[in-house]
Formats: sequence, C-alpha cells, structure tokens
Amino acid sequence: MQKKLFAKTVVIIAVLLIFLGGIFGIPSSWTWAGLKQSALDRVHLGLDLKGGAHLILQVMVNEAVGAQSDHAIEILKEELGKARIPFTDISKPDPDNHPERIVIQAPTPDTQIRNLAMDRLRDFDVASGPNNTWILTMKPTAISDLKTRTVDLSIEAIRRRVDTLGVSEPVIQRNGLGNDQILVQLPGVDDLGRVKEIIQSTARLEIRQVFNAGAPYPNEQTAMQQLNFRLPAGQVLMHVELVSGGSNPDQVYLVARTPVVSGTDIKDARPSTDEMGRPDVAFTLTTAAGQKFAAFTGAHAETGPDPDHYLAAVLDNKIREVATIRQEIHDSVSISGGGFTLQSAKDLAMLLSSGSLPASLQIREERTVGPSLGADSIRSGVRAAIWGMVAVLVFMLIYYRGAGINADVALIFNLIILLGFMGYFGATLTLPGIAGVILTVGMGVDSNVLIFERIREELRNNKAPAAAVDQGFSRAWITIVDTHVTTIVSAIILIFVGSGPVSGFGLTLAFGLLANLFTAVFVSRVIFDAALSRKQRGEALSI
Amino acid sequence: MEFFRSTNIDFLGKKWWFLAFSLVFSVAGLISMGVRYARTGNPLPLGIDFRGGTDVYVKFVDAPDTKQIRAALDKANLRNARIQLLGGGTTNEVLIGLDEKATGGSGDQSQGKNQIINALETNPVAGKQDLNNSGFDAVRNKLIERDPLRASPDEYGRLARQILDYRDRTKGGVLKSIDELSGAGVSAPVIEALKQDFFTSSFGVRSADIVGPQVGEQLKTQAKLAVGFSLLGMLVYLWFRFELIYGVAAVVAVFHDTLITLGAFSLTNKEITLTVIAAILTLVGYSMNDTIVVFDRIRENIKMMRRESLAEIVNRSINQTLSRTILTSGLTFLTVLSLYLFGGEVLNGFSFALVIGILIGTYSSIAVAAPMLVAYQEWRARRRGEILVSAAPGKGKIRAKA
Repeated sequence: MQKKLFAKTVVIIAVLLIFLGGIFGIPSSWTWAGLKQSALDRVHLGLDLKGGAHLILQVMVNEAVGAQSDHAIEILKEELGKARIPFTDISKPDPDNHPERIVIQAPTPDTQIRNLAMDRLRDFDVASGPNNTWILTMKPTAISDLKTRTVDLSIEAIRRRVDTLGVSEPVIQRNGLGNDQILVQLPGVDDLGRVKEIIQSTARLEIRQVFNAGAPYPNEQTAMQQLNFRLPAGQVLMHVELVSGGSNPDQVYLVARTPVVSGTDIKDARPSTDEMGRPDVAFTLTTAAGQKFAAFTGAHAETGPDPDHYLAAVLDNKIREVATIRQEIHDSVSISGGGFTLQSAKDLAMLLSSGSLPASLQIREERTVGPSLGADSIRSGVRAAIWGMVAVLVFMLIYYRGAGINADVALIFNLIILLGFMGYFGATLTLPGIAGVILTVGMGVDSNVLIFERIREELRNNKAPAAAVDQGFSRAWITIVDTHVTTIVSAIILIFVGSGPVSGFGLTLAFGLLANLFTAVFVSRVIFDAALSRKQRGEALSI
Repeated sequence: MEFFRSTNIDFLGKKWWFLAFSLVFSVAGLISMGVRYARTGNPLPLGIDFRGGTDVYVKFVDAPDTKQIRAALDKANLRNARIQLLGGGTTNEVLIGLDEKATGGSGDQSQGKNQIINALETNPVAGKQDLNNSGFDAVRNKLIERDPLRASPDEYGRLARQILDYRDRTKGGVLKSIDELSGAGVSAPVIEALKQDFFTSSFGVRSADIVGPQVGEQLKTQAKLAVGFSLLGMLVYLWFRFELIYGVAAVVAVFHDTLITLGAFSLTNKEITLTVIAAILTLVGYSMNDTIVVFDRIRENIKMMRRESLAEIVNRSINQTLSRTILTSGLTFLTVLSLYLFGGEVLNGFSFALVIGILIGTYSSIAVAAPMLVAYQEWRARRRGEILVSAAPGKGKIRAKA
C-alpha cells in the first residue's frame, strides 16, 4: 500500500513538473522576475488581447477559371490554324456565370475539331452542340484542382507581401473548409488602409493589343453606338485608370480579350524613372514570354509587316498607358504613363516581383482591435479569473474542510496542467479562452463535488472511512465519465465549427476537462489514501 | 458543513408547476421573438457577426451625450445608425452600428467606418491629424519629418511606441490633450513638434468590425450546424449508454434551456454574437451534465429498488443528487457571475448567456428531463395495460418496467 502510494506520488510530481515546464519553459534565471518573464514569453496572445487587424478575403476563383479557358481558346486557335482545320468562331457564350464553357462554331459538321480538342485539352469534356458547334466544358476535377491551386498561390503571394510590411507573427491561412477564403491576421497593425491596398492589389499586369487605331472612345455608350452595339469577337472595352491630372475617367479603349503578356510572364520588376525623370516601373520578362513578345512586336511595329498597331499596359483591368510599337521589343519593358509617385512605383515593383495574385480578392470581413481595448480585456479577464477561482477555492475549504484542501489542490493542479498544455502547443490565448479557463474551474470542481457527496453518503450509511472513499470514487467514476464525454463533445464541435476565438475557447474547455479527469480522480484519490494511511482505524474523515 | 441532508422532496408531484413555469418562460421568449420577427424579419437581435454591417466601438474623453452623437451622425447622413451606451454609461464607451445596406454592397467596405469617424470629428483642425486615432506609422513618420531631437529613425520609432503605449495602456486609448504626454516622460520639444502635426479629438476608436453579408449567412449556417450536431452527438451517446428515451428526454431538456436562454436575449434586446453561440454550446454540455448525473443515479437505483415504481425511484434519485446539483451549479454560477461582473464589455453577452443558462440548466434536469422520463414510461405502461386489459380483463395491474 505504502509503496504503491509512493509510486503514484512520483507519477503526480512528474506530470506536474512536465506541465510546469510547459508554462515556464526553461527560465533564464530562477528569480521570480525571471520566471514571470519566461512564462509571459511563452504566451501567445490572440488579436483580441494584443490588438491588430483581422481580414477574411474571398478569392474570386472563377477569374482563374476564366483565365484558364481563355488560355485554352488561344491553344485551340493556334492548333486548328496549324492543322488547317476551318472554324468560324471560338468564344465563351457566358463568361460571367460559366467561365468554364467554350463554344467552337464550325462551318460544317467536323469531328476533326473534336478529336483535336480532346487530344490537346485534356482538362475539358467535349460535347456536340446544335448548328455545327462543339461545346467544351472544363472537367469538375480540373476546376476544383485549379481553385485549390489558385487559393494556394494567393496565400503565397499574400505572405510575400505581408513579409515586406514587417508584421511580426502574421497568420495567413485558409479559412474554413473549401470556402475559397483566406484568413489574414496581423497583430499590432493599427492602420489597415495601406495594408489592404497592398494585399488586395492583384498586381495583374498585362499588355494587350489596342484596336480602333489606338484611339479611345469618350465613354462606353458612344463606343457601343459606334460599334453598332456588337463587340468584335475577341475584343473588349476597357476603362482607363484615373491618374492625377489625367484624362476623362469614362474613356474606354477597344482591346484584345487575351493579353500578349500577362502577370506570370514577369521575371522581376524594379522602380525606375522615364526619360523625363518621372517615376516609373521597369520589368523583365521570362525567356519564353520575351520571345513571344519579340515576335509580336516585330510583326506589329511601325516598320514591321503589319503596322499601325498599339499596345496598352493594363494593371488590374484598368489601362495605365497606351503606346505605339516603334520597334521589336525583347524582354525589357517599362510602364510610365505618369501618375506614379516614388512610393507607388516602389509598391508596384514590389507587388509585380512578389508575384501577381492569380485572382482578385474581395474583403468579406474586416476587424480591428485597438491596443487599448486589448489591454482592458486582459485586465478584466484576469480579474474575473482570480475572483472566480478564489470564490470556488474558499467555498470548498469551508464546505468540505479537510477534503476541501484536497479539492483545492486538485483544482490548482488542473489549472497547471491546462496552462502547461497551452504552453507546449503554443496555443493562442484569447478572451473567450480565458473564460474557458474560468469555466474549467467551475465545471472541474463538479467531479470533486460528485465524489465527496458520494463519500458522505457512504459514511452516513455507516461505512468505514476507507471503504467509503473506495465506494465513493468507484460509484462516482461512471457518472464522471458520462458527464465529461458529453461536455467534451460540445467542446470538440466548438473547435471544428467555430473560428478564431471560439475555437480557442473550445480547445481550452476540452483540454481542461481531460486534465480534470486526472486531477479530480487520480490526484484526489492519492491524497485521500495518503490521509487515510496515517489515520488510526476508525478515526473520522474530515469531509 | 452541509446544506442538504437526506432531503425527501416530492419533485414529481410538482410536475404541473414545473410545466407551467417552463411554459411561461418559453412562451414569453417565443412571443418576444415572434414580435421581433414581425418587425424586423429576424426572431433574434443578431450581432454584427450574423447580421453583417459595421460596428465601431468608441471611447470618449468625457461622458458622451447620445443626442450630440445622433446629431453629428445625422449631419453626416448616417440616419439609421444605432447608438448604444456601453458599461452602464460609466466608462464613456459607445457602440455605433450601421446596417449592411448603409455600408454599401461592393466598393470600399470600410466606407461606413470612415464616415462614422469623420462624423464624430467635431473639432477637426485643418492640416492636422487626430492623435487619438492615428497609428504607429503616422506618428513615427511625422516625428522623423519634424526631427525635434536630431535623432535616428529608430529612436523615433521607440518614441512613437512609447507615446502610443501611454495613450492606449495608461489613458485607455484617448488623450485629453497632447500636453498630457509629459506624464509619459515625453520631452517638451517632442510635444511641441507633435502639436504642429496633430490635434486631439474627444474620442478614440477601440475596435471596428466590418462584416460582409456573405459571412453572416455562412456563420448562421455554422452556428445552427454546431448546435444541431452537438445535440445529435449527445442523443447518440445517451442512447448508447442508457436507452433512447433517456437521450430524448435529455435533449428535450437541453433544447428547452436553449430556447429560454435565446428568449432572454430577445426580451432584454442583447445581441447574439459568435461568442454567445459558444456560450450556448457550453450550456448544452453543462445542462446535459446535470441531467446525466440524475440519470446515472436512476439507473443505479433501478437495479437496487426493484419494488418501487419508477416515479418513486426518480424522486429518490433527484433527492440523493440534490446536494451535488445545487453545489456544483452554485460554484459554476459563482465563476460565471465573476465573469459577468468583471469580464468586461466584450464578454458581456457570453457571460449573460451562461448566467441565465446555468440557472435554467440546473432547473431543467430536475424539472424537465426526469418528469419526462417518468411520463413516457407511464404512458407506455398504460398503453400496454390497455392492450392487456382488452385481451385479458381483470388480470391485475401492470408495473412500469425500466
């Protein structure tokens, strides 16, 4: 009996030391201040306590699908041309709602088109449509792969951008399951304006061919009237970017739907100045894109075989600059068009080199917590925790006397294990998390009450102290398991369904209750046994 | 010390009182929800998480005058803004809310927030920024520009941090005047330099939440799923551990608690936020706890008391566990009360839900779950009895079998 008791005590002390290590780590010095500092260093405060900004961004994944099918159209045109298979038109009938659908219009029923499409575009299903058409639809698996990749690429791009802002410990991750949403948490950020601009800017730079002899239309209505209300195939109208002192903001140009150069073709970018000394952004193309661009500009230059063509530099679907092609251009390009400040040229160069976003982002949720509120929340959370805890500890002492000490020791162990666990797992402490700790104290004491009440009942039935303790623990054990399982079920649901602070609360609650099984049942029992072993047979138990 | 010693209260004999009590509270909540639904299209006062829109939480230097705030917002054309005094009006804190429509669907989401801040800036100084609503970068950059100490940018970074920490941690987020900074050990030349670029308004923004309508819809679904799943999970567990009827009775009791707690939110016009949902899920677990303790005892007693009727067994079990029930609820209630009293504004809804829920949850395990169990068994016995009676008249009485 004594030996067993000793072994159990060793186990308890070992567990205690392990979790104390979780709270304090290996402190730099063994003074009170040193311990306090190393404990504080290990606590990760959540945004609601530290202050900072929280964003939920929706990745517009359909844009990536649209870009992919645009690319497929280019491939089709090129391959059909090479194979000398005639076709009337290749287009997307409903690019907004069904970006994954392409229709090929052929002059005659021709299975050659289908064979070529099936061979070259493995990601598409091909079906025949009415009036000599073939309908290509991107496969669902391909779409979902593309969407996943788009969100992954967006997360990487955002991370690179946030890193340049020098935010410490940012969180950038998928939000929820398959929602195409990204959660961004930036502790300590108190001014969201510039951050949002930098994160949200797709920085999708494209160079597109300009039609209508490089001349703009004053606004969209006029353009449509002049075009007899029908856009030529493969051409779209695009607005100009408003630059300070710039032209009429309603102006539109008629440009090619598919760009000659797109964001992924850029190798690197840097801020620079144009010939008049104004800030601009210069960039270099990748080798493959450089060759393609050289061929295009060579063909369309003033002196080339197909002159009278213009190019537009398009940033995030707004035209920044329209220029004529003087000669063949290889891989060095710059955009100026005025309107850049030193800072904005620097930001844009950073964005272009950090990689464009594969799709644009929309802000779904934006929360900022000021540091003053965080400091207040810590204060009130800690105060509530201390008062709640003191009330419970004092009550247990008064109500159960000797056994009250037992319960209080078990409760304090419970807290140490919970906090140590949070330290080891680097769990983030949020305000609801503190509430979870407090509730753990209130609910954890339930196990002690259950056991003690049972022991009292057994004692009333004239059982000897040792037998009463034994019966009390074994009878209450069943109930304790049942009650813990149900509460842990709701805590686990909180962890998985909730987000941020709520899931932190669930985690604290779940682990607190698990620790409670150990402290209220095992630790408490050992203390009782130790007390009983010193008593004379028949001596009363203080409970 | 002992509060309850061998009580012998006839709880089941009071079941009609319990039923009346539960009905009054449930129906009061339901009526309140119905009226709200007719008026606003939502049965519950939804917080920003579910409603979408803009909430700006502001702290003023002096006691705020809601009439003045209303006038300032009206002037800025924010007529539908909700103004709510927080902390009982003692902490100078106000929550200003805009509906999602007012913030506009697309375009700049933070427009509503900026409009509110601009509207509250009643004494702006041309060409100067509001120090109470400036971030670290702004303060540091202005200090570097002015360079009052002929120091390095790093030095000004530290100084800006010191100034903002004083504002946020010592002064609760708002400064009455720039001169107050001398209390943080900021030297006179720096204060003079700050005065060139900054002024102090009468308020500081403590937090701002902007939630799009899609997020709200998503969260509503999530919250319903969470509550639904946890009820289902417990039903299955109790079915497995006891019998289906025990699970059903416990889930009905917990549902009753949730309904009454939500009713209390509707009656007191407190907003349901995400943390309130977390509190309700905790309640579901807690109330289930209480019910299980009683059920466990019933199961144990059924084995030992083979002669008594189920009603007697249930009554005895409730009495035997009464001491534990009251103690645990009392202790948990103490901790929750401490949260409600000291936990601050952010946790107010959360701890309110727990305060109500723990009272109701304790009551329901005695007054709803156990009587329901007995009522079901009696009903089943009666039905079996009727069948038996019609088959073999005059064959003695049937006893409930559990």
